[in-house]
Amino acid sequence: MTWDLESDRPIYAQLVDQIELKICSGTYPLGSKLPSVRDLAKEASVNPNTMQRALAKLEDDGLLYTNRTSGRYVTEDYNMVQQLKNKIAQEHIQFFLNKMTDLGFERNEILSILSTMVKKEDTKNE
Amino acid sequence: MNNILECNNLTKVFGSKKALNNISFTIPRGKIVGLLGPNGSGKSTFIKLCNELLTATSGNLLISGHKPGVATKKIVSYLPEKTYLNDWMKVSQMVEFFEDFYDDFNPTTAYDMLSKLNINPKDKLKTMSKGTKEKVQLILVMSREAELYLLDEPIGGVDPAARDYILDTILNNYNENATIIISTHLISDIEKILDYIIFIKDGEVVMTKEVDEIREETGKSIDLLFREVFKC
Repeated sequence: MTWDLESDRPIYAQLVDQIELKICSGTYPLGSKLPSVRDLAKEASVNPNTMQRALAKLEDDGLLYTNRTSGRYVTEDYNMVQQLKNKIAQEHIQFFLNKMTDLGFERNEILSILSTMVKKEDTKNE
Repeated sequence: MNNILECNNLTKVFGSKKALNNISFTIPRGKIVGLLGPNGSGKSTFIKLCNELLTATSGNLLISGHKPGVATKKIVSYLPEKTYLNDWMKVSQMVEFFEDFYDDFNPTTAYDMLSKLNINPKDKLKTMSKGTKEKVQLILVMSREAELYLLDEPIGGVDPAARDYILDTILNNYNENATIIISTHLISDIEKILDYIIFIKDGEVVMTKEVDEIREETGKSIDLLFREVFKC
């Protein structure tokens, strides 16, 4: 997964979002060691200070923890990551619902479009 | 000492023109700073004052507590807007030249970067394109382990792909205690790596701020903000 950063939102906040995503998707598995600040900054082509700030925020939130001698790790708390996944999913769905409402769809219409599409995808994948 | 650079009421007058008018700010260590302003706003004048290529009309400027001079040249690595290297020299000769000149120059770093950019150390500068010359010069400057890097328009003459490489080079080769000041008007290319900006207009500082703070408060990119502040 690559890093995708926009210039009109704080970079550190975007880094937080993207690392959260990497944790949810298992790119950084539970309990695994994260690359160093410098390597992460290099990978994302951002300033190490900005990366440091993002990691500090994730540590405050409890998603990461620092082992003083050996570096930074992803939390081992499965429930915490599940909660995070749910939170991100809700945000995406809220965004989707708002868009659909803007387009003039009623709630029941949205649901039927959605289930039709899911069925179509399923048959495609079979 | 936490600030690498301090200037107080710094003024530089050329004839009747005030190139810098009473500017004051401080720059901490360990930051990447964008010195941003339109053409003729005083960016290069400021950088030249830092390197003692010009002397201030009034006010003062301290780099790590010293006035610009021999002591500061040891800790400041400067990339001028123009090439000053000798055309007839080979890249390898220039590496030796820098090694003789600066105690903090690391030839291994230089050769490493040269090979990554496919530049042959045996080539003479004369045979190189403008962009390649700029790359060589930046490599030499970034191969010093300096406390302050002053880069005057480091990405002006190179293509976008090489720009990315150069920015990565800048990021990879600076240590956490060094400060980099980059003067440019190509803001969108560099804004993601900046900590801090100084907007300068007609020789005056119009804004100094953390970049993520700007994005948070305005929801705008630095590029967009620049276009608004300096609207013609």
